[in-house]
Order: sequence, then structure tokens, then C-alpha cells
Amino acid sequence: MFFPLAAIGPIDPWIFSFSAITVLVTLWMGFRSAKSSKTASDFFVAGRSVSVGWNASAISGEYLSAASFMGVAGMVMSSGYDALWYPVCYACGYLFLLLFIAGPLRRFGAYTIPDFAEGRFDSPIFRKIAVIFVLFIGFFYTMPQMKGAGITLAYIFPGLPYWVGVALVGGIITLNVALGGMKGITLIQAFQYWAKMFAISVPVFVLVFVYGGYHAHLDANTPNAPTAIVENIERRPLAEVAPKAPSDSAWLSPFGPLTTKAAKMANLSPEQARPYSLIYTYSLIIALVCGTAGLPHILVRFYTNPDGVAAKRTTMWVMILIGVFYLFPPVFGVMGRNLLPELYAATGAKGTDKIVLELPKLINEKYGVVGSIMSGITCAGAFAAFMSTFSGLLVSMTGAMAHDVYGRMLRPQSTPAQRMRAFKIAAIFIGGISILLGSQVEQLQINFMVGQAFAIAAASYFPLFFMSIWWRQMTMPGAAAGMLAGGLSALGCTTLINLSDLKVIDLSAFWPHWPLIRILCEQPAIWTVPMAIITMIIVSKATAKLIPADIEEKMLVLHAPEALGYRKDYIADHAGH
Amino acid sequence: MRRQLRLSLQCAIAFLILLLGLPLANYFAPEFMAQSVFGFTLSWFVVGIAFFPFVWVISYYFIRRSLALEADEVAARKNILS
Repeated sequence: MFFPLAAIGPIDPWIFSFSAITVLVTLWMGFRSAKSSKTASDFFVAGRSVSVGWNASAISGEYLSAASFMGVAGMVMSSGYDALWYPVCYACGYLFLLLFIAGPLRRFGAYTIPDFAEGRFDSPIFRKIAVIFVLFIGFFYTMPQMKGAGITLAYIFPGLPYWVGVALVGGIITLNVALGGMKGITLIQAFQYWAKMFAISVPVFVLVFVYGGYHAHLDANTPNAPTAIVENIERRPLAEVAPKAPSDSAWLSPFGPLTTKAAKMANLSPEQARPYSLIYTYSLIIALVCGTAGLPHILVRFYTNPDGVAAKRTTMWVMILIGVFYLFPPVFGVMGRNLLPELYAATGAKGTDKIVLELPKLINEKYGVVGSIMSGITCAGAFAAFMSTFSGLLVSMTGAMAHDVYGRMLRPQSTPAQRMRAFKIAAIFIGGISILLGSQVEQLQINFMVGQAFAIAAASYFPLFFMSIWWRQMTMPGAAAGMLAGGLSALGCTTLINLSDLKVIDLSAFWPHWPLIRILCEQPAIWTVPMAIITMIIVSKATAKLIPADIEEKMLVLHAPEALGYRKDYIADHAGH
Repeated sequence: MRRQLRLSLQCAIAFLILLLGLPLANYFAPEFMAQSVFGFTLSWFVVGIAFFPFVWVISYYFIRRSLALEADEVAARKNILS
């Protein structure tokens, strides 16, 4: 190793062992599944016989990324009440999927977004546009996973530079995917859910036992808590220990630090800032709820049930499983505020995003090694979260690139062997870019970055699905125009904000004068989603001649009950990649 | 299709009323939303805990109704054909 090992501080053996075991088991399961799966991941073929319970666990496992596991807690600790919109909307977005998109999409038989784009509009060109978006949104989603990896490794090996953690974990997973492993096998993903659920809940119960309840910790933030049962809470005055921490009332109430950042930059008073906060809040909600429709690795799972009835029941269970999960991360954030305020002073890998890992270790002060064990458990959960999400994303993105870009556009005559090679090269290429991007984002919050991925999906895929499924008069130019208008705008805004926050571009003189623009850039959904929909309507009406000739039949396929047998399979040739 | 769309919209609206109404409640009635409920502030309780069961109830209702609508439609078609 070329970096000085001496610089790495004392490694906790429990934490290291739990993490190492999780990593090794995940890699081993990935390799074993690669050997046993004949074609692509089982959700294209064998999935038809998967039961509701397994499938629901698998979807839930796939859904809970580093953002859910680490990011939510970190953001609740740093920003308080406003951060709670994230978990609620992550869960609610699924409801939106259920109400408007899941059934029709399943009946249509298109397994991926590019498949749907091509099948609904008979347009290979549109397919290409869809693929590009899959890649872009995918990268925004891989960056927070990489940050999770960097933080976790920096925590396990104190002193290890952030980028080394990113490169190590990213490298291992990329290699694993390139070598054919870690496809979205139902069994593994189902196991991942329960592992994460265990890892987030058990430490909470222990922490609550040792340090007092959820509401007791919240109460510590109210000035004259009525019957404040502040049991066991040895809270130091925040103003001394963590001057950068938000004040109690700002943290506890709505329209707190998360949503008023732009207004603060503009030096507005709290009263003036409130309307801006309201806009921010609505834009965030729209992004998160509509953006769920744009997660390719989630949509695919609607097909792994034997029939539509099972698919709907599965979705119900998914909502229960992820909802129950999301009750726990905020507790870490709330307790962290009282027990580990030092994290407020630091940023990046040492900041609040690692509260889920750090907090359990405190128990060591009272009960010896239990703290290390609990912390080891949360680390294991974190590994499960970002490793599985990153590999899932890598597989979808690589599949899109190898299958669509190479297989259909560049070399349609390629042999399966050539496509395998293209897959491997694409995996390394995409993995490499993810690592590079991931190493740059240490200063951005995990949850925030995932929110941005959702915002882009909300402005591109959600309008695509919603309008294509429910409106007969959509045309390909309309869909494309809307998707590009919304998606590119959202993409541009979020990139601008990131570059500005990372100080690559210096806009610090600009933002204070234009708080509204800052808000609309930081959370673009409130204007990009309507813009995309309106663009789709206008352009479709203008190109009304281009409505697909068999639109009535397509609508039947989308909406008629499956029992009537209209269902087709628009899957192209997915064998062998 | 029309009835399924109406069902979806009804459920969506029920859900959106709470989702979009909550920030308004926080905005216009902050003291009311800050009152203590089971030890939490009302706004924290709703967003942090109570929203989830609410979503589950809506999903359950939607699934039951939508499957019933499908079964009706299938039965109607079979009647026409037979």
C-alpha cells in the first residue's frame, strides 16, 4: 500500500469485523449468483414465480440506499424538522407509483424505461434519449452512495483519507460487476432489506434504553418542556460545544435551516424568509414524490410477480416495509444532536452524515463493548446499503450503455461475446466515472444529492410516464421535448448548485441578491415538472399527426385488466447481458 | 379506464390534501402545530410518524377498489361475449 499506514488511528476490532463480514458475504453471494444465473438477472425470467413476501423484501432492500440508511439521520441532525420530508416523501412516492404508473407499466410489459419509451412511441430515437437520462440520473444517484462509502471507511479506519475509501469500495464493486456478479438477485436483495432493518432498529432500541426515549430527546429542545422527562440525557449546552448548530427552536420547527439557507444568504429576517421556505418545501416535496417514478432499478421489480394482483399486493407490503424502516433514522438524528454535538463543527466525512455509525459507540462508556458491537452493526447496514445500491445502479447503467448504446446504436451486428466485452468495458468506464465524481462530493450531504437525482427524474421520467400512460394524444416529439426541457433544466440547475457549493464556481456574490433564484435552482421541481408537462401538451398538440397509429390498442394494453389477455411483452432481446 | 383513473385521482387527492396541506398548516398556524402530542410536537408527529400509517390505509383502499373494478370489468366482458 502506498499510503502511510502509520497515519491510520486505532481500529476498533468489532466494527472492523462486522463490516468485513458484511462485505465478504455480499461479494461472495454476488459471485455465487453470477455462476448460477444463466442469462440476465432473475427478474427478467425466473422472477415470475417469486412470492409476494420475497419480492416485497427485495424491492424494499433495493430501495433503501445510503441516503435512507445514513443520509436521513445525518440531515435530521443537521437540519431538524425539514429533513423529515425526505423519508416521508421517499415512502409516499411509492404511493404515487402505485396509483398512476405501476399497473399500466406492468401490463405494457416494458421492463426498462428505454423499452417503454420505444414501445409506447415506436421510436428508437426516443429510446436513445431515454438511455441518456438513465445514465445522467444514475450518476447523481451513485455520488451519494460513494460518499457513504468514503465516510464509512474513514470511520472504520480513522485517519484514512476520504477518497481512498471511495476508490476502494467503488473499485471492488466495479470489478465485481464487470466480472459478472452482483446482479439484482431477489434472494440477496430480500436479505439486504432485513439486514438493514435489523441494523437500523436494534441499535435504536439499545440507545433508547441507555439514553432515553425519542420524545424525551426531542423535548430537550423545547425551552419550557411541560413534563420534560429528560431522563439520562447529559446534554451539554449547544451554544458552547457546537456554535454552528442551529438553535433549538429553528431546528425543531418547520421552515428551519434547510429551507431558509437561501434567505439567510440574502440576509432576510426570519419573517421575510418564511414565504421562501414554503416555496422550497413544496418544491422539495414535488421532487421527491414525483421522482420515485424515475428510479429504473425499482420499476423493473414490478414485473417479478406472477400477476397484477400479486404485483399490487407486493407494492402494499413494500410501503409497509419501507415505512417501518423510516421511523428509525430520525431517532439517530434527534439523539445525535444531544449526545454528539461535536459533529456539527465538522464537515464532509467527519460531519453529521456519519451519525448512524458514531452514535452507538457512545454506549461503550456505560456498557463496555456493547457500543462497539452496535456500531459494528450499523456499519454493516451502511455497507449493505451503499454496496447494493451502487451495484444495482452500475448494473442498470452498464446494461443501458452496453445493450442500447453499443448493442443497438453502434454495433447492431455484434455477437453476444462482443456484447459481454462491451458490458465489461462499460462497467469499468461507468464505475470509474462514479468513483471520480464520488471523490469530489465529500462536502455535499448524502440526502441532498439523492434529492437532486429525484428532482431530475421528477422533471423527466415522471411526466413521461404519467402523460404517456393516461393521455392518448401524446406524440413522440411531445414526449421528447417535455423530457428534455424538464430534465435538462433540472440537471443544469442541480449541477450549478453543486458546483457553487463545492466552490468550483464562485457565485457567492450572486446568490445573496437573488434568494428566489437560488431556491428555484436548488429545488427545481416546482417549476420544471409543470414545464415538462406543459411542453409535452403543447408539442404533442402541434404534432398531432404523429400520434401512433395503433394508439387505441396501446391504450388497451395499458389499461385493460390483465385477465382479458391484452398484455404483450415489449421486451426486446435481453438475453445474454 | 375512466373509473380506474377516477379512483386513482380520488386517492391521490386524499393523500395530497394532507401532504400539501401540512406545510400550509405549519405556515399559518405554527402555535397549533407546535402543541404537544404523545410527547412530540404535532407537526413532528405527523411528518415523522403518523404519515406512514395514513399512506398504508390509502394504499390498502386503492388496491381493494382497483382489483374490484378490474374484476367487474372482466365479468362484464365475459357477459357480453357469452
